[in-house]
Amino acid sequence: MTAIAAPAVRRTASRRVIVDRILLYGAAGFLALWTLFPIYLIALAAFSERTAIYDYPKALLPTRFSADTMSFFVNSTGVLSSLRNSVIVALGTIVLGLLIGTPAGYALARFSFPGRGFIQVGVLISKMFPIAILSIPLAVTFIQIGLYDTLQGVIIIHTAMVLPFIVIVTAGVFLGVSRELEEAATTLGTSRFGAFVRVALPLALPGLAAAAIFTFVTSWNEVFAATILTVRNTTLPAQVLGALNISPLYFRFAGGFFLIIPSLFFIFFMRRYLFNLWGPGR
Amino acid sequence: MFRSEAALPLGLLAPTLIYLGLLILLPVAQAVTLSFQAADGSFGLDAYRKMWSDQAFTEAFRNTILLIVAIVPLQMVLALSMALLIHSRFPGHGAFLYIYALPLAISDLAAGIVWLAMFTDQGYLNTILQGLGLIKEPIAYLSYENLQWIFIAVVVAESWRATAIVLVILLAGLQLIPRDYFEAAEVFGANRIRRTLSVVLPMLRPSLQSALIIRTIFAFQVFGVVLALAGRQLPVLGYEAYDWYYNNRNEHIAAAFATLILVLTIAVTIVYMRLLRVRETEIAR
Repeated sequence: MTAIAAPAVRRTASRRVIVDRILLYGAAGFLALWTLFPIYLIALAAFSERTAIYDYPKALLPTRFSADTMSFFVNSTGVLSSLRNSVIVALGTIVLGLLIGTPAGYALARFSFPGRGFIQVGVLISKMFPIAILSIPLAVTFIQIGLYDTLQGVIIIHTAMVLPFIVIVTAGVFLGVSRELEEAATTLGTSRFGAFVRVALPLALPGLAAAAIFTFVTSWNEVFAATILTVRNTTLPAQVLGALNISPLYFRFAGGFFLIIPSLFFIFFMRRYLFNLWGPGR
Repeated sequence: MFRSEAALPLGLLAPTLIYLGLLILLPVAQAVTLSFQAADGSFGLDAYRKMWSDQAFTEAFRNTILLIVAIVPLQMVLALSMALLIHSRFPGHGAFLYIYALPLAISDLAAGIVWLAMFTDQGYLNTILQGLGLIKEPIAYLSYENLQWIFIAVVVAESWRATAIVLVILLAGLQLIPRDYFEAAEVFGANRIRRTLSVVLPMLRPSLQSALIIRTIFAFQVFGVVLALAGRQLPVLGYEAYDWYYNNRNEHIAAAFATLILVLTIAVTIVYMRLLRVRETEIAR
């Protein structure tokens, strides 16, 4: 009995495993296609000849490959200068944000003091304020103090947006850096600041780099405040947004693809820190 | 931890606290003040009255709410499917995580443009559907006559983009569930779907809640994706705030719209916390 039944059971079991596998990879593949296909198509549109925009039906393979559309976009009035502005604003936000936020992250990771939990929750809640309610009064203030339509003004509000994230990430980073090493350095005669600079900071560098990349992408993507706070001296997304209604489709597609480029590398650098940024486990 | 002397940590925290106070709390107070002020500086409900009677107001309010109702559940289902697939650790799951997380750093403006390439008259969706013989002639999805299609386009684009954030939150939550739970359910013969519903979902509740809250409050700010796909044809609250400041140069009505967005954000957070009994540390994720 058992000698006959066993292979049959095993056969149905292995068939079930195969069916399971097919279902699993089918579902995973479908979701991957849903994510990737639109990115492929915008790249295709951005790297086709300009006139291909009027083709119908559209080619789904790169049959009319050309850098024509992208070079038209990059050479359009205002694009290069707004690209330069975007990079300056993003780098400025990284410097200002890390300068202000890193000490705070370090303090939350290393010290217990009264009000610590309260401050932690306050920092986290501050990232929930809508950008509209920050940028409209700031525009009014910036006009009064001469920061309206300047890159410094955009850097200032972008820093306010990313600062809570920087504090959270750097706190996580310093929690992962051995405290004993730092204490050892102080017992060997280094000041606490010296121990921070020579021991904790170098070990925290990869994590700080991740915070910097996150900051770069956030600033690069931000369009509402950049549009409200500037007129001529604007960033790339604000430039693209302002041109939406008055530009041909191929300009918009090239702009859309250009805006996506940094995000294609983002995950590559951020994988280790993803759960630090959005997950629990702090 | 080092011995606690309150002065040093507070000194290290001071720049952050001062900065956030000056650039978040102060502007919020200023915005609320602006919204209760008329152009001549007198206080009153003038801006709110004008906001209320603005012909786009009802539509913007309704569209914003409808978009949230359509997008948030769709994102939760998509992200949960992705998270459970990845968490089963099948060979190659790392590559799939990389792919699913790609939209994480794509802005809503860029996502809108990506899907514009799809939905435009001579675009890829019409090409594919006609190629498959499902439609006879191209559909003008984004024309003002097809408001329901414009709405669907925005829902699709926004779901495509922001599912990645929900995915990361849910995956982080899944990793906190001990492996034993999955194995125990297997031993007792629970099939996969029942296992998911009865074992995983209850334990994933904190993550589901924080994802729900975060996605809902950020959906009140929806802006770039709508502008790229619909222009002015689908007014939303975020666009009205922008329009009143940028095009009409009226910071009072713009501030009234911004204050409304903030009030809705706070109200939704409180309602969720009451309904789901979330602790404040959980929403703060």
